[in-house]
Amino acid sequence: MSVLIYTDSSNGALTKNAFEAANYGGQLAKAAGTDAIAIVAGSASGLEELGNYGISKVLHVADTELDNFDPQKIAHVVAAAVTETGADTIVFTHDYSGKSVAPRLSAKLDAGLVTGAIALPNGNVVKKAVFSGKAFAEIEITTATKIISVLPNSLDKVETGGSAEVVAFSTEIPSTGITVKEIKKESTELSLTEADIVVSAGRGLKGPENWGIVEDLAKELGAATACSRPVSDIGWRPHHEHVGQTGIAIRPNLYIAAGISGAIQHLAGVNGSKVIVVINTDSEAPFFKAADYGIVGDAFEVLPKMLEAIKQLKA
Amino acid sequence: MKILVCISKAPDTTAKIAFTDGDTKFDEEGVQFIVNPYDEWYALVRGLELKEANGGSVTVLNVGAADSDPIIRKALAIGADNAVRIDAETTDALYVAKQISNYAKEQGFDIILAGKETIDYNGSQIAGMVSELLDSPYISLASKLDMNGNIATIEREIEGGVEIIEVNTPFVLSAAKGMAEPRIPNMRGIMAARSKPLTVVPSSEATAATSIKGFTLPPEKSGCKYVDTAEELVALLHNEAKAI
Ligand SMILES: Cc1cc2nc3c(=O)[nH]c(=O)nc-3n(C[C@H](O)[C@H](O)[C@H](O)COP(=O)(O)OP(=O)(O)OC[C@H]3O[C@@H](n4cnc5c(N)ncnc54)[C@H](O)[C@@H]3O)c2cc1C
Repeated sequence: MSVLIYTDSSNGALTKNAFEAANYGGQLAKAAGTDAIAIVAGSASGLEELGNYGISKVLHVADTELDNFDPQKIAHVVAAAVTETGADTIVFTHDYSGKSVAPRLSAKLDAGLVTGAIALPNGNVVKKAVFSGKAFAEIEITTATKIISVLPNSLDKVETGGSAEVVAFSTEIPSTGITVKEIKKESTELSLTEADIVVSAGRGLKGPENWGIVEDLAKELGAATACSRPVSDIGWRPHHEHVGQTGIAIRPNLYIAAGISGAIQHLAGVNGSKVIVVINTDSEAPFFKAADYGIVGDAFEVLPKMLEAIKQLKA
Repeated sequence: MKILVCISKAPDTTAKIAFTDGDTKFDEEGVQFIVNPYDEWYALVRGLELKEANGGSVTVLNVGAADSDPIIRKALAIGADNAVRIDAETTDALYVAKQISNYAKEQGFDIILAGKETIDYNGSQIAGMVSELLDSPYISLASKLDMNGNIATIEREIEGGVEIIEVNTPFVLSAAKGMAEPRIPNMRGIMAARSKPLTVVPSSEATAATSIKGFTLPPEKSGCKYVDTAEELVALLHNEAKAI
């Protein structure tokens, strides 16, 4: 009995989200009085660092065949690690990787899966947001082996100190028929789901040429940028910035929304944010009801002034 | 090209979210149900476009009770050729995935499409589970799909970027934004949908692996603090909210 944690890597290093899973799995194992063991697939270094989140051991399958992300292969590798460790709980991060691998593993092991957990389980019961953030559900996993994926930014980080023992692990890797042709990394941009701060704008910005003030503020804050659905539909901003019920759901520490009315479908994807700031010329905009701080004002004036104030704060 | 599109019934995006039976069941009273947007806008429409370009058929599949029939008819009105409903109470994702794969095993579909998640339980589970149960490649969160004979070129989202891959049929794919533009059914489609075949098949033996114990609603926000200037706002975010 132990907790096995899939920690994702990319370009030879663990991703920020890998530590989300490690943190969750580490705390879970500690509460259960058992070991937290991580599994890493593909070339990656710096794995000892996982020890800082309560991971005692890392199984590393350093096969370059796993460097390109293929859920079928990774599900196979994780399943082999489950057999190796006898783990009864497997933890993923609910991100692009976790969404691809966890369901496969669930079907492979016939093990119950709860995706997007926002708290440590209470016995076999896991809490998650449902109806796109409009409610929460408590879901019981009824199988002996349990799989949980944690929503990024849900659990406070508990640093335990220490370094994990890294052990080489090998297993036969199935061929899958998927050939990767090209990978386009937007390495300069911060991934939206990983960002602590998100600066978002809507139709109130009037046109794509006006996004400079949004990007400048985001840059100064180390934030990611997002937008409302119509803005990505008309092509002012790329699709991957669309947040909301039919876009990406995010829960950063700080969400700054400028020129967004706050329609129910938009709120659904962002109302898990810890602090919400709304800037809107219309004092009746529904978004203010969901906000912690609000300025009834013109984004074209407020955003540049915020940028100045933040620069001064830092100076 | 034989294409299967899995569709789910979901509450309308503006539906009031409330619960009954001691907060253990979603309150359907007065709720309008729709085809889950990702299934309809992206999976179904791209399936139809591929059929229109390459020939073949598009079957829509729903696991559910008779109250799913209206949303199945909607998918037929948009252009699917025929529909199958596996008659079952949907208990959890693994149960539904087993129903789909048990059915699909016999049918020899070239492509199985689903939306990337449903807007009610937000699981992102079923397509991945189906792929494993069918031992097929799985391409998750795909934003582009092009076919050349039986070779697919697919763009999919990965952490911090996109990946372009090639795969031969058969495969399972979950569709995200970018795949296609939503279609609105026209009068002819709606009329035609009435006479298109909707076959109801019995469920197969399968067990669920999770069960819902209860629901809660999020706490109300304590209220918005209005400030006049950007300077004041930044100071509050720094000193009070400790967010910057
Ligand atoms: C099925 C369905 C799913 C949907 N899913 C999503 C989703 O996932 N995400 C999403 O965002 N939407 C979604 N929508 C759309 C949603 O209903 C709204 O239409 C959309 O969110 C509105 O975008 P907006 O706030 O940018 O634009 P608008 O509603 O046009 O609001 C613009 C706002 O900007 C303000 N404004 C104007 N000028 C300024 C200025 N100079 N400074 C400051 N403020 C200004 C205005 O007062 C107004 O409040 C969905 C709709 C449907 C039907």
